Amino acid sequence: MDQHFARTDMLPPQAPPITERGAVKWLRENLFSTPFNIALTVFGAAVIYYLVSSSLPWWLNSVWNANSLGECRDIVTASAGEGATGACWAMIRQWWGAFIFGFYPPDLWWRPIIAFGLLFAALSPVLFSGQKRKLTALLAVVAAFLLLTLYLTSAPMPAFILLMVFIAGFAAVAQVQPGKLIWFTLIYPALCFWLLWGGSIWTPIVAMAGFGVLYVVFRLASPLIGLSPAAGAGVLAAVLWWLYLEAPVVSALQSVLPFGLQSINSDQFGGFLLAIVIGVTGISFSLPIGVLLALGRQSDMLIVKTLSVGFIEFVRGVPLITLLFTASLLLQYFLPPGTNFDIILRVIILVTFFAAAYLAEVIRGGLAALPRGQYEAADALGLDYWRAQRLIILPQALKISIPAIVSTFIGLFKDTTLVSFVGLMDPLRGVTQIVRADINWKGIYWEPYIFVGAIFFLICFGMSRYSMYLEQKLKTDHR
Amino acid sequence: MAMATDVPKDGFRLSMLVYDTRYRSYTIQIVVLVLFAMAVAWLLNNTVQNLEARGKEFNFGFLWQRAGYDIGQQLVPYTNDDNHFRALLVGLANTLVVAFFGCIFATVLGVVVGVLRLSSNWLVGRLMTVYVEIFRNVPLLLWILLTYVILSEITPQPRDFRLTDEMAAAGEAPAASMMFFDSVAVTNRGTNIPAPLFERGLGSVELGGLSLNLTFLAIVAVVAGSVFVNRRILASARAMQEATGDRPATWWKSLLVLFAPVLVLLVAMGFHLEVPTLQGFNFQGGMLVAHPFTAMVVALSLYTAAFIAEIVRAGIQAISRGQSEAAFALGLRPGRTMNLIILPQALRVIIPPLISQYLNLTKNTSLGIAVSYLDLRGTLGGITLNQTGRELECMLLMMLIYLSISLSISAVMNMYNSSVQLKAR
Amino acid sequence: MAEASKMQVTDEVAIQIAGMNKWYGQFHVLRDINMTVQRGERIVICGPSGSGKSTLIRCINRLEEHQQGQIVVDGTELTNDLKNIDKVRSEVGMVFQHFNLFPHLTILENLTLAPIWVRKVPKREAEETAMYFLQKVKIPEQAHKYPGQLSGGQQQRVAIARSLCMKPRIMLFDEPTSALDPEMIKEVLDTMIQLAQEGMTMICVTHEMGFAQAVANRVIFMDQGQIVEQNEPKEFFNNPKSERTKLFLSQILGH
Repeated sequence: MDQHFARTDMLPPQAPPITERGAVKWLRENLFSTPFNIALTVFGAAVIYYLVSSSLPWWLNSVWNANSLGECRDIVTASAGEGATGACWAMIRQWWGAFIFGFYPPDLWWRPIIAFGLLFAALSPVLFSGQKRKLTALLAVVAAFLLLTLYLTSAPMPAFILLMVFIAGFAAVAQVQPGKLIWFTLIYPALCFWLLWGGSIWTPIVAMAGFGVLYVVFRLASPLIGLSPAAGAGVLAAVLWWLYLEAPVVSALQSVLPFGLQSINSDQFGGFLLAIVIGVTGISFSLPIGVLLALGRQSDMLIVKTLSVGFIEFVRGVPLITLLFTASLLLQYFLPPGTNFDIILRVIILVTFFAAAYLAEVIRGGLAALPRGQYEAADALGLDYWRAQRLIILPQALKISIPAIVSTFIGLFKDTTLVSFVGLMDPLRGVTQIVRADINWKGIYWEPYIFVGAIFFLICFGMSRYSMYLEQKLKTDHR
Repeated sequence: MAMATDVPKDGFRLSMLVYDTRYRSYTIQIVVLVLFAMAVAWLLNNTVQNLEARGKEFNFGFLWQRAGYDIGQQLVPYTNDDNHFRALLVGLANTLVVAFFGCIFATVLGVVVGVLRLSSNWLVGRLMTVYVEIFRNVPLLLWILLTYVILSEITPQPRDFRLTDEMAAAGEAPAASMMFFDSVAVTNRGTNIPAPLFERGLGSVELGGLSLNLTFLAIVAVVAGSVFVNRRILASARAMQEATGDRPATWWKSLLVLFAPVLVLLVAMGFHLEVPTLQGFNFQGGMLVAHPFTAMVVALSLYTAAFIAEIVRAGIQAISRGQSEAAFALGLRPGRTMNLIILPQALRVIIPPLISQYLNLTKNTSLGIAVSYLDLRGTLGGITLNQTGRELECMLLMMLIYLSISLSISAVMNMYNSSVQLKAR
Repeated sequence: MAEASKMQVTDEVAIQIAGMNKWYGQFHVLRDINMTVQRGERIVICGPSGSGKSTLIRCINRLEEHQQGQIVVDGTELTNDLKNIDKVRSEVGMVFQHFNLFPHLTILENLTLAPIWVRKVPKREAEETAMYFLQKVKIPEQAHKYPGQLSGGQQQRVAIARSLCMKPRIMLFDEPTSALDPEMIKEVLDTMIQLAQEGMTMICVTHEMGFAQAVANRVIFMDQGQIVEQNEPKEFFNNPKSERTKLFLSQILGH
């Protein structure tokens, strides 16, 4: 070609040659590029063939209506011939209530269902602050889910009416003053507790009033003695309220205005209800504690740092089971004689500490990944320590650590199955053991494990996919 | 122009404790310390009162009392006449052996799966993704229980392996058959595997209560010697390369040095495998591996391998494409590029999280309780605790042991981290 | 320029590209590329981003595969034959935009790695060569540091030295200065100019027009995956023929 050259007409793009496009190219590149690759493809195909050929008949011959395993097998033999295998999902039909709710009384199932639905309503102001459309959409989904499940579990009429009123009110506030919705998020824990365990309505109200006491004392005292001492005084007042005033106030109010739900004992909880209660509480309380521990570990103050490191390393160094046994066996030694509080609560506390220690390490990683300049910029703006953390440092550090935080949450949720070792009825070991001990279903193993495993998989996989989506969405730096 | 302005020397006011940067951090630390001390004192006080109320005292003397229970799998010789401390050691050994095998299998499987996930083969890549996602997102306890149930309920009874005369005459096969050239039989009582035996073993010597197996020691010594000689061969190859530029082929020397001596030793000692055989209604000979152990190792390896696969994949992906392109542009072949450029860098990324997976696996062995595997938690934290009623002592001791295992593993990890940290400005 | 006499172009063909086409999936990235490079030539390739210029030089040492046409480097045709690829790669040096030094090796080890493993040079000799080239790029004192401890400009000079240690007959530069701070660009360009004066055959993808005017004997302008215009630098800058070239030049020289 001439060394002096100028093109007058640009060449149009052409389609690649036939060997370079379409299915042929795809197959050649992705499955048959080298002898080794061909071997891999054959191996992969063999594995898939083996899995499908050995399990497909079993799935196809599923039986949904039977009263015992023997009956199931008879049905399979009758329809598919001697020696055929088939899944017996009839067991799930009979026992699904226990897998989901444990021994929670069936006529009260509407309570955990509403609590579960309202959880998303309570989360909505946090997840979609200011995005009215998404908020409304979520609310609609929650309402539809609740109405459907309540109908399916034949809930009483008042539950429906209450729910409709609530959803309408919530939606109205969401339209007018979406900022106020955060108040619902704040009272949700008490509401949820009351719905699940029942008892006098005054118990959660008076307990929440403790925070009111804290706030009032803090506001009254802060002009007199300064912010930090006032906060201390507020906490002290609240603790005194909870320790000494709560019980008499509740009983007094209850005698004047008796209103409550039927009480449910902790040993009636079970199945995924238990797993979700422990998981969600553990997750929501471990995050703030984890943040504090991470900040403590990053702190310049020697004593604070040592205590944080000691706590984190201790909790991470022992298996969760030993902590759960601490909850069931040792807490009685560490608390004042005669104290005896609920086993679910004890387990939640220990699970929360466990998750908090792991979260602290994850968040510390996020803090360490932030460039030094961010701290300096925050100082230069004249922000004090807590403001700098809250406005500049933590939002970024938490954003970086979202994938790791979510996988800690997933780990925590999976670990809720370990509560079966302290006598609680988790879906995996607790309920499945009971089903497998039932004379009608003795010898069944694939079906309950597949059922429970599938639910765990859906929840955990969903969480991890959501975190990936969130990570993409929050990626504001251009890289 | 010295215009030094002195810090105003105001008198000390109480509010300075909170608002003066010089005192503030001390004030906070002292408050924290006091609160912490109060909490500890409160807990101790409660404990003392509770112990008194129950008429118990805090001491570890019970460890030297007769245990009185049997342990199925024992790597340390043990009978039910031994004391609780011995039972603790047996449990600890059981914990460690499960962790050891679990780590090895999980690593092998995890590395293979992680590399296959990166392969250009679409089918295998997808298959491995499915494996990883399924195992990561379902609780470990399910895998342990499921493996155990399959092993102990689906597997045939020993007598199903029998071939009676009538069946032989009728030309029928027995209901169950052994695997791997008739050497392994999985029955509902356990897995029968061949046992390594020596005709002319070196015996053992007693050393202060512990018996040392000389045969085993001899094998270890020979392997160590081979590894040492192999390293010398590699070193001399490197020296040769540095001097002349040509690197002599080492692979056949390495193979010879690594395997020949140990094979010779095994032949000399009359090594043979004793294959389990069916005698009447049960298997005789060979070794019987109990199902709890198998279930724990299988489930822990499958579960942890899924996490390790992700770590390996992420580690290799973390090395930018530019690195291998630069190596290719210099004329290095893909294999060399992997060995000299990619792996050394990827290992730095992979090893720290890999070790923390080993740590998790070790802690997860405590789930053995679900299948009645008597590990540390099953002996010290289970039967011993229940028999003696010493909850406080047993739990504290158990936590201490787990804690020291964890802390020593993390100490190793920290040492590794600081030794390989990349130098940067 | 005084040493310009050394910058001789011979008749020997170093690189011959004929009718070369490349696709990424359905996307036609390089369209009918025809190009001949003589030994001793110094060519600058410029063009808007996405015009295929980096892809073109990455095809020359087979970091990218082409699907149609012919690429012959030093008499060796690039095909799927691994031997040919090895031969071409050991004779063609490449410098990357992001340096791509090996962070786990010292500067000296970076420089000696390929000579030892590919050229099978004794270590001592490789180190002597390495020190020679480090002196040439004016950073012999950094030999025992790690890449992460050097500035961007220093790293890029190490990368050039690393390529030179393989004694290549052709050097490819893929935007060697575009990841650098302004004050470091000059030190890298100086090194490249020095190399050009010694008669190295060079193909540079760069937007440093000063460099093009100083050392190039041909400038190639690419757009939409094709060669739009090529000419001697003086003609190219002062009297561009194509509208696209004019537009491009007005954009990069406009300020």
